[in-house]
Amino acid sequence: MRFDAKYRWLPTPYRSVMLFVVWLLLNQSIEAVHLFFGVVLALLIPLLIQRFRDPQPVIERPLLALRYMLRVLADIVVANAQVAVLILGPKRRLNPAFVKVPLDLQHELPITILASTVSMTPGTVSAEVLPSTESIKPGEPLPQRWLLIHVLNLTDEATLIDSIKQRYEAPLKEIFNAG
Amino acid sequence: MQHWMEWAIAFFLLLGGSFVLIGSIGLTRMPDFFMRLHGPTKATTLGMGGILLGSIFFFSLTGDVSIHELLITIFLLITAPISAHMLIKTALHHKLTAISKTRGLDKIPPAQVKAHDRNV
Repeated sequence: MRFDAKYRWLPTPYRSVMLFVVWLLLNQSIEAVHLFFGVVLALLIPLLIQRFRDPQPVIERPLLALRYMLRVLADIVVANAQVAVLILGPKRRLNPAFVKVPLDLQHELPITILASTVSMTPGTVSAEVLPSTESIKPGEPLPQRWLLIHVLNLTDEATLIDSIKQRYEAPLKEIFNAG
Repeated sequence: MQHWMEWAIAFFLLLGGSFVLIGSIGLTRMPDFFMRLHGPTKATTLGMGGILLGSIFFFSLTGDVSIHELLITIFLLITAPISAHMLIKTALHHKLTAISKTRGLDKIPPAQVKAHDRNV
């Protein structure tokens, strides 16, 4: 996992791109003035806030990250339909459960993305990351971490854990080059 | 505006509206807090997506191109799981009861004692 950006004057390249696009979307135009101000803001804001941020791991596989985003978007549509059916169906047939998913990821940022993805997709809401960051003493080796999730309708625990690990955690590990 | 465009806009508005409605039905119909949370976090996201798509089409076809609704979608996608996570963490902290057939209740960690919990 890498924490330093390639160029000092561009600490967070993808955030700069995002700021530029958001600026153009807010103004709804691609006139020269807006393009110019977009570039200025996209370069200036990351430099100004750089010292207030904790260093975050760098995205090493941008294309894979894009594919991951598209996959999650498609999964959200499917998950929505599934949850809608579960909500309107008979309540007796629902089997809610808490499940602990062992995590291979160690850093906060990939874990946050994984937890958010789990909340948006198949009938699950992430509840807690164990053990919490505050209980880990600095200097000690990082313990095995777990993601506690609540499942609306659990059919098979092992299959669910497997699918989360392979479908979402494995690409995240590659994107941040972790583990 | 052409006829089929009105149909497309109406389709997206109805799709979005029904998903938001289903999410809200889930909020009232489910038996415990943890299950209630599933409706608003998921069904509502797609519902808002549908309504915003309808808005993009309508305003793009009647006037200038309008795509800053995409920003609302992005911010919703980023914030919805975080608010759900905070809600469920609070529920665990307050030890809300889950319905009895919930499996894996033993996996919830015992509440951590914090410095500000004076009456422990």
